[in-house]
Amino acid sequence: MSDVLVRTSGISKEFSSVRVLDDISIEIRKGEILGIIGENGAGKSTFIKILSGIYTPTQGSIEFDGRRVELRDAAAAKRIGVSLIPQEFNLVETLNVYENIFLGEELRTRGGLLDRRGMIAHTRELMKELGAAVDPSASIRTLSVAQKQMVEIAKAIKIESRLLIMDEPTTVLTVHEIDILFALMRRLKGKGVTIVYISHKLKEVRSVCDRVMVLRDGRFICLETTDALEIDEMARRMVGRELNQIFPPKRKAEGEVAFRVEGLAVPGLVAGLSFEIRSGEILGFAGLIGAGRTELAEAIMGIRRVSAGRIFVGGRELRIRKPADAVKAGIAYLSEDRQGAGIITSFAVHKNVTLVSLGDYARPLISRAKELEKTRFYVDRFEIKAPSLDARLENLSGGNQQKVSLAKSLDTDPKVLIVDEPTRGVDVKAKHDIYAFIRELADRGLAVMFISSELEEVMGMCERIVVMREGRAAGQVEGGHITEEEIMYYAMGIKEGV
Amino acid sequence: MRKSLPFGLKTENLLSLGALVVLFVLSSIASPYFLQLRNLLNILKQVSFSGIIGLGMAFVIIAGGIDLSVGSMTAFIGAIAILIVNWLGGGFWAIAAAWIGAMILGAVAGLFNGILVTKGRVAAFIVTLGTMAIFRSLTLYIGNAGQFISNSDAYGNMGMSSVLGVPTAVWVFFILAFLLSGLLNRTRYGRYVCAVGSNEKVAAYAAIDIDKIRMLTYVITGVMVGVSAVLLSSRMNSVNSSDTAANFEMDAIAAVVIGGTPMTGGRGTVWGVVIGAVIIGMINNMLNMLSVSAYLQGTVKGLVIIAAVFIQRGSARSRNGG
Ligand SMILES: Nc1ncnc2c1ncn2[C@@H]1O[C@H](COP(=O)(O)OP(=O)(O)OP(=O)(O)O)[C@@H](O)[C@H]1O
Ligand SMILES: [Mg+2]
Repeated sequence: MSDVLVRTSGISKEFSSVRVLDDISIEIRKGEILGIIGENGAGKSTFIKILSGIYTPTQGSIEFDGRRVELRDAAAAKRIGVSLIPQEFNLVETLNVYENIFLGEELRTRGGLLDRRGMIAHTRELMKELGAAVDPSASIRTLSVAQKQMVEIAKAIKIESRLLIMDEPTTVLTVHEIDILFALMRRLKGKGVTIVYISHKLKEVRSVCDRVMVLRDGRFICLETTDALEIDEMARRMVGRELNQIFPPKRKAEGEVAFRVEGLAVPGLVAGLSFEIRSGEILGFAGLIGAGRTELAEAIMGIRRVSAGRIFVGGRELRIRKPADAVKAGIAYLSEDRQGAGIITSFAVHKNVTLVSLGDYARPLISRAKELEKTRFYVDRFEIKAPSLDARLENLSGGNQQKVSLAKSLDTDPKVLIVDEPTRGVDVKAKHDIYAFIRELADRGLAVMFISSELEEVMGMCERIVVMREGRAAGQVEGGHITEEEIMYYAMGIKEGV
Repeated sequence: MRKSLPFGLKTENLLSLGALVVLFVLSSIASPYFLQLRNLLNILKQVSFSGIIGLGMAFVIIAGGIDLSVGSMTAFIGAIAILIVNWLGGGFWAIAAAWIGAMILGAVAGLFNGILVTKGRVAAFIVTLGTMAIFRSLTLYIGNAGQFISNSDAYGNMGMSSVLGVPTAVWVFFILAFLLSGLLNRTRYGRYVCAVGSNEKVAAYAAIDIDKIRMLTYVITGVMVGVSAVLLSSRMNSVNSSDTAANFEMDAIAAVVIGGTPMTGGRGTVWGVVIGAVIIGMINNMLNMLSVSAYLQGTVKGLVIIAAVFIQRGSARSRNGG
């Protein structure tokens, strides 16, 4: 018995004669956790989509457990024991959690009827194992992005597979859930399951992976044991050159109060929250999943019905009933749910960029030239990699879609910017560009509400951080001595007090 | 970069345009009579009435809806137009009043559909199935199941008129196609129609008033029905309460679909409706020339619609790669 589970030989993939994956020959060992890293658009997702039968390679072959396999479709890959947690959710919104988890593989009673009770019980167990508070009978539509991610994970680990592929499963999870997930991965590995793990969070890659493969522009760069690659070295190999300081210098905001929220309440989700942001300030919002940060943002934007509270922009009180009211008042919003609420995947790049700000381009006929010009600005600024500006967004890599979504929010020229997971799935280099741009906007006088589950980036970007728990502000930390522990104490309810 | 095509055509149009060319060649081989200018103009004129409605229907379908009421709405508004013409004495002002009245009535009827679909949250299929029955029944009731006959020669002359040898209805069809194509492709409203049909939630988060956008698609269709109703009723100088504009909903929807707009919404083309309508007209014409039974024409039309959807799905798949 050899210790190699998967061997790829000369795998290449072309989309309309553009080569996005070039001659990848690697071995994945039985029972290892293999990390794949690389810039946005490097070809990571394309590679694992080939391993899981979603794409067929243009060239090359795959050996699974010593035998050559032709993976014609996802079902064929599933049959030989490959399961995938895809980067973009693949859930039926109108069905509920357990129906999604058992979709196409429903449990049946001896009489041949659907075994609802069995599926619900099994789902409950899976959720317990993942430490996730998700009701098996809840409709997918009502779940937060993090909860949807948990459902995707549960779906993939429901049956023990031989090769488990995870494409950026932690982008919307907080430390707490990530720890549970890693413990689970190690347990599975102990049982002999091989895991392929894609992430832009290099620290995580370093802590959980045995070996790491680096891709750049579709080409293989290296495959080494994790111990041999420091985080800086990983970043350097991904990008191909040295990266300097990732966070821009912080500045204490001295400006006027530009944005003020008083006692905002959403029944059952946000319990009378108050805060203010000065012009030029980036106020961080940390907290665990379900703490109510996204709901707070959506309430401000008029997406959720508010039961109490007042909102002021530049001292003037607003009446926000629908998103258009918020946009008119100069508030811009980036949703954490990229594909569900952020971008239109069947629209071209420029049509997404101008989705909210279209009024600036139409008088009354839309000027395509102006749209393209502005789009090119963002493409340069965030290094958005797209086949062309006319390409539909579904043909961009996940991280590049995220950059387009951010560009769309910024293009309204707002006074107040609310970003929810702004760097979700974005590579180190692009993160740096996005941080710098947000800092620049703040320096120009914007008030920024910065929601993120990545503590490192909240701490790196914000002078002041509100930690939320169960819909309230559990605590506030500020100044140069913010520690991760302090934030987590507030987030988990070990410490209280504002 | 996708190459841009002249006349606001899109790549989606190429398939249906190709089908049109093939049909054209086949028809001219099948019958020497086909290529005569009079026959060609006749084909265009025949498809104009439902084609004009198809232009509005394209907006409804792109925004993710459907409007089954257009056929009976055409009969209803056509009948009212004739009543207005008769009532006001049949002169120039009477005809002008009929035009304005028909378009306003169309807009109001469309608004009624639109409000029920958006604010009432009833499925478009159900709402317009209901209004389809309502408009036909009202026409039958007012007309005692008989004919509405205009007393005005001027009205009838308008219906038979031509400009530069081309029937007025055909001019109207093309001018409206030009205007609505601009509305769909070059204005904010058109972009939002596609956005709402592609992903309602994203559109809502992008501060787009999705109810208003949807509602307006029905209003546009209603106005198109109004225009078509005046053209159709003046051409016959009468309206038959039971069968005028019967099956127009099918012809309009077929023109939209054959022209390359998917029933799933989110994208589509206005010029495609013109192409789709002409394809339907040419098929009917060819069947007539080959003296195929009129009763079988529906079968052929049905097969063409189904085939069009199959072909489009195939081409969409190959475009997405994978
Ligand atoms: N269906 C497609 N058609 C055309 N180009 C595509 C298609 N899918 C992916 N690409 C291109 O292939 C390249 C690699 O994409 P891939 O999704 O594999 O990147 P990735 O490494 O997973 O990036 P990310 O970190 O952003 O998820 C990208 O430049 C993308 O534009
Ligand atoms: Mg990816």
